Amino acid sequence: MQESALFEYVLRLSDDSLILAQRLGEWCGHGPILEEDIALTNISLDLIGQAISLYDFAADLEGKGRNHDQLAYLRYENEYKNVLLVEQPNGDFAMTILRQFFFDAFRLPLYEALMQSPEEQLAAIAAKSVKETRYHLKHTSEWVIRMGDGTEESHQRAQAAIDHLWRYTHELFYEDAHDQSLQAAGKVPSMAEIQAKWMATVTSILQEATLEIPKNNWKFDGGREGRHSEHMGYILSDLQYMQRAYPNMEW
Amino acid sequence: MTQAEKEIRFQEKIDREIKIEPNDWMPDEYRQTLVRQISQHAHSEIVGMLPEGNWITRAPNLRRKAVLLAKVQDEAGHGLYLYSAVETLGTSREQTIDDLHSGKAKYSSIFNYPALTWADIGTIGWLVDGAAIMNQVALCRTSYGPYARAMVKICKEESFHQRQGYESLMKLCSGTPQQKAMAQDAMNRFWWPALMMFGPSDADSTHSDQSIKWKIKRFTNDELRQSFVDATVAQAEILGLTIPDPNLKWNEARGHYDFSEINWEEFWQVVKGNGPCNKERLAARVKAKEEGAWVREAATAFAKKRAMKKSA
Ligand SMILES: [Fe+2]
Ligand SMILES: [Fe+2]
Repeated sequence: MQESALFEYVLRLSDDSLILAQRLGEWCGHGPILEEDIALTNISLDLIGQAISLYDFAADLEGKGRNHDQLAYLRYENEYKNVLLVEQPNGDFAMTILRQFFFDAFRLPLYEALMQSPEEQLAAIAAKSVKETRYHLKHTSEWVIRMGDGTEESHQRAQAAIDHLWRYTHELFYEDAHDQSLQAAGKVPSMAEIQAKWMATVTSILQEATLEIPKNNWKFDGGREGRHSEHMGYILSDLQYMQRAYPNMEW
Repeated sequence: MTQAEKEIRFQEKIDREIKIEPNDWMPDEYRQTLVRQISQHAHSEIVGMLPEGNWITRAPNLRRKAVLLAKVQDEAGHGLYLYSAVETLGTSREQTIDDLHSGKAKYSSIFNYPALTWADIGTIGWLVDGAAIMNQVALCRTSYGPYARAMVKICKEESFHQRQGYESLMKLCSGTPQQKAMAQDAMNRFWWPALMMFGPSDADSTHSDQSIKWKIKRFTNDELRQSFVDATVAQAEILGLTIPDPNLKWNEARGHYDFSEINWEEFWQVVKGNGPCNKERLAARVKAKEEGAWVREAATAFAKKRAMKKSA
């Protein structure tokens, strides 16, 4: 039970990283400023690096001889366990930055906590990823503040992105029996703890940015259980194209 | 000092291999030639991100995806250094980019060809970055200091790109027949456009003589093209790919490979804007600029607000 719970847990982390990296990769060559083109690509690259380490670990836990590429490329849509947030389209720059900001504000406290995990490999991946994530959060926080406190237009766009994405943030703290068994064993933090830290970060940055937390409290979820939005199929069509069109070849 | 005396002093410096720096006196035409050439080079880096960037989401495995992202990101960095080099000559990045969008400034025609298969990514690394290196290694000794220094940095990364591209093709060429055929098809489509990257033949090149005298250029287009062909033939043999030119053969007397005449009609058509992707490439750049306008405005407005708060 513990093995499969941990496999599921690590797969969620991997899929979040991969799908978000895939989305960010779409920006390459189309950024609003050359410097931001480079910054978004950087975040994408870090996330791919994290995904590789995480999928390798998941593959070990699974013990079926799959490698990171087989996990990343050769599953069906309902086997991907990423949150809906990361598969949402890039939209404008504000939408991309806010999506990233909400994600980073979740990932940072999560990695910080996982660094203490008795699961050594997980702790090592968290330790390696935490520095990158801290930098990502710094970068996106700065942009949230810049947009919120920039021009009227940038303020409106940032607020619109928050209002749209808010419904997807709740799922970041999803928990089920897998999480609970790992928490009971002291291997992973409770999501309530992570959520409190996330909320503190989000509240303080949005305040500085003169932006508001939406009143509406719609909650969309399903990704963690493999029920995705309509966007996911298109993401996988691109991602898996080569592996599906040319099966069993090395590149 | 008269204008003529200044020009003589300037040429003496060039002849003695002393680098020209931003604050040194230089003939207007030297400045204009540099702005034209460096900005064209900068635009090539940026537009060049598009055909390859188009494969990032479809890269066949995670390692290749990371390598491709890193490569395209390097190209953005090259664009940045080069726009900065143009700024040392008194033309802002904004102005330089506007000239691209209005069609006044050009970029390398190779990027007006589509990247259709995964093999194109390896082929672009091998042949296109390879041809770029041929040009750029020569430019590391160009007479204008900031350009020469930018080139040294860029060349290191370009040769890395070339090796990665070649390695990726090696994988295809030692893979299944389908993969090998994909590589050959990419070779067939990119060979001639890669040779065109060196520009018109010396007889038709309008800027060549003066650029050589000023040591902006060290070798002519045809010399560089020949070096590229000579270096590439053996590499293609190792891959087991056929270069699509029936007249390609070693000429003992010249000590070089002979090759067919380039289709200059196609070259000029693509330069004039009639290549397969000219419209799409430019449209993508214009769109990025227009859709990013509010972001740049926000950053400026925010910086002003913060500066005011500080001084208050
Ligand atoms: Fe480059
Ligand atoms: Fe390159």
